[in-house]
Amino acid sequence: MNISLVTDRTASNESARMASPLAIRGMTVSYGQNPAVFSVDVTVRAGAMTAIVGPNGAGKSTLLKATLQVIKPLAGTVSVFGKPLAQMRDRIAYVPQRASVDWDFPTRVIDVVLMGMYRQLGLLGRVRRHHHEAAMASLTRVGMADFATRQIGQLSGGQQQRVFLARALAQEADIYVLDEPFAGVDAATEKAIIAVLKELRDAGRTVLAVHHDLVTVPEYFDDVVLLNTQVVAAGPVAEVFTDANLQATYGGRLTTARIDPESVAG
Amino acid sequence: MLADALLLQLGYNATLVTIGACLLGIAAGVAGTFLFLRKRALVSDAISHATLPGVGLAFILMVGMGGDGRSLFGLLVGAGFSAAIGLLCVHWLTTRTRLGEDAAIGAVLSVFFGFGIVILTVIQTMNAGRQAGLEGFLLGSTAGMLRGDAILLAVSATLVLLLVLILRRPLELAAFDPGYAQATGWSMGRIDLAMMGIVLVVTVVGLKVVGLILIVALLIVPAVTARFWTERAGHVVIIAGFVGGVSGYVGAAISAIAPALPTGPIVVLVGFTMFLVSLLLSPGRGVLASVLMHWRYQRRVHMRQGLLALAQGQPIFETLTHRLLRRAGLILPDGVPTSDGQAAAAKALLDETRWSIVRADQSFAAAATRYDGLTAIETVLTPDQLNEVDARIKAPEVVT
Repeated sequence: MNISLVTDRTASNESARMASPLAIRGMTVSYGQNPAVFSVDVTVRAGAMTAIVGPNGAGKSTLLKATLQVIKPLAGTVSVFGKPLAQMRDRIAYVPQRASVDWDFPTRVIDVVLMGMYRQLGLLGRVRRHHHEAAMASLTRVGMADFATRQIGQLSGGQQQRVFLARALAQEADIYVLDEPFAGVDAATEKAIIAVLKELRDAGRTVLAVHHDLVTVPEYFDDVVLLNTQVVAAGPVAEVFTDANLQATYGGRLTTARIDPESVAG
Repeated sequence: MLADALLLQLGYNATLVTIGACLLGIAAGVAGTFLFLRKRALVSDAISHATLPGVGLAFILMVGMGGDGRSLFGLLVGAGFSAAIGLLCVHWLTTRTRLGEDAAIGAVLSVFFGFGIVILTVIQTMNAGRQAGLEGFLLGSTAGMLRGDAILLAVSATLVLLLVLILRRPLELAAFDPGYAQATGWSMGRIDLAMMGIVLVVTVVGLKVVGLILIVALLIVPAVTARFWTERAGHVVIIAGFVGGVSGYVGAAISAIAPALPTGPIVVLVGFTMFLVSLLLSPGRGVLASVLMHWRYQRRVHMRQGLLALAQGQPIFETLTHRLLRRAGLILPDGVPTSDGQAAAAKALLDETRWSIVRADQSFAAAATRYDGLTAIETVLTPDQLNEVDARIKAPEVVT
């Protein structure tokens, strides 16, 4: 059997890894005995937008969650600007999948955004006017300022996604990690979100997102990680996002992936 | 008598116990809210049933050491120990086996409770066991509580309240979005541990007041009652504390004048009454409000559809629509619109046209979400915006 893993463990890559805003090394996550993600190395380029792309069940979300320690990996380390993740939590903002929470929870839009500042506020720090203003500014950036006092259950899917993004913006982080930010949102929201993400990138921040829609990868992202349990290929879109690599990632499923309404409409 | 009890006129001891029960109710309501929001309300049932073997074993131990075995503090320490073991069992079964939390709760609850009953039966046969009064732990009995017991209750309840106040942010975040909480560096393991610790303390000190079978109600009923009245987590907590406090207070007061009545059921019934009132009467989520809202909404929809049909010169087929329009004096019995009807129909069509422009334009996104086919557009847009919209109506297709 011919097994080849895309890993970069050479010494010359070590300096790149130390400088990277987010470097994942040897990440393996398994549910039971089946690895969902196996021995993954990813070095995210600073100031770039990186997409994680792969077929359903390729472990894209799992990789993100394990990277941020939302789930416990079997093996693997993560460094942020060369330091262990635990010391650098406040530099990372995470946007989970919209469906991961109960939207009937008794809370308003502005309260969700303020949750992005709970680390900064600590246990007992009071929410002062500048916190409020920062939260409103985040909502304005995603076009949701008019909704600040609405109950979150009244929002559409796209609006919910924007609120989640606003919460991440309120964290004032350097790295934005998004899990399927475009899944099931309307076209206007997709445009609004990508505009905000590009603004972040242009301001020198780093964006890493799980992405479903192959068609928009070259338009939206600078770098791409092709994942199918292992990394098939990783690097700048122009070099890596080739038919041959996609074929290797998706196997026989590539044609379906391209016309699969879920992935195309994303 | 009841008035005396409610106004704390039944003597020093009864007063202390009532205040203690009130504080316990507040603590239970507040702590229970986070459990409810985290959707783990039933874990408290496993915890409470798991206290019983501890109570029995603590009694036997204290008698064995020469005491009379009735020290409430000693019994509660025993209860706390076995409840913690029960909680660990639930945790272990859920994380290490393929059993779901519901199955784990059921298994732990029944096994511990069964074991506890066996121990109580053994105690009944002991000499010292005859007057032990341990049955009071099943359904609660504040009647025989001493001053020290009441103070223990009040102090623990106050500590719990303080702890919840300090941990309110992580608790809220963990309930709403555990993945995000974990990713931003709050340890979910520790938050859950703290929450379970808080619930454990409430359960254990509440044993004597509400009893282990019913304490789950004091944790959950206030939270679900409060949920009817507000859409904000912070307010749910406050209202739940109030509901719990009133339940505990009234329950203990009634118990003081009717010592034969177990306290737990009274506390639960008081809470249930408040729940029932909220269920029926709450303005947003109540049953009456939603029936009424549906009724009104249906009528407005029929009215609107009727007017739009009139505006476009279409006949009206539905009898309800017909009846509503007639009653409002908008049409004549034969279906011909009156002059009022014509005006209203034209207005409805204009509204609809304006709305369709607003809904097609991204710059009105916020306003567009207010569209429900009924709301008059003037209530949503400013006059300036309205002019902007009207400028875009090329040829008004209003039929008059």
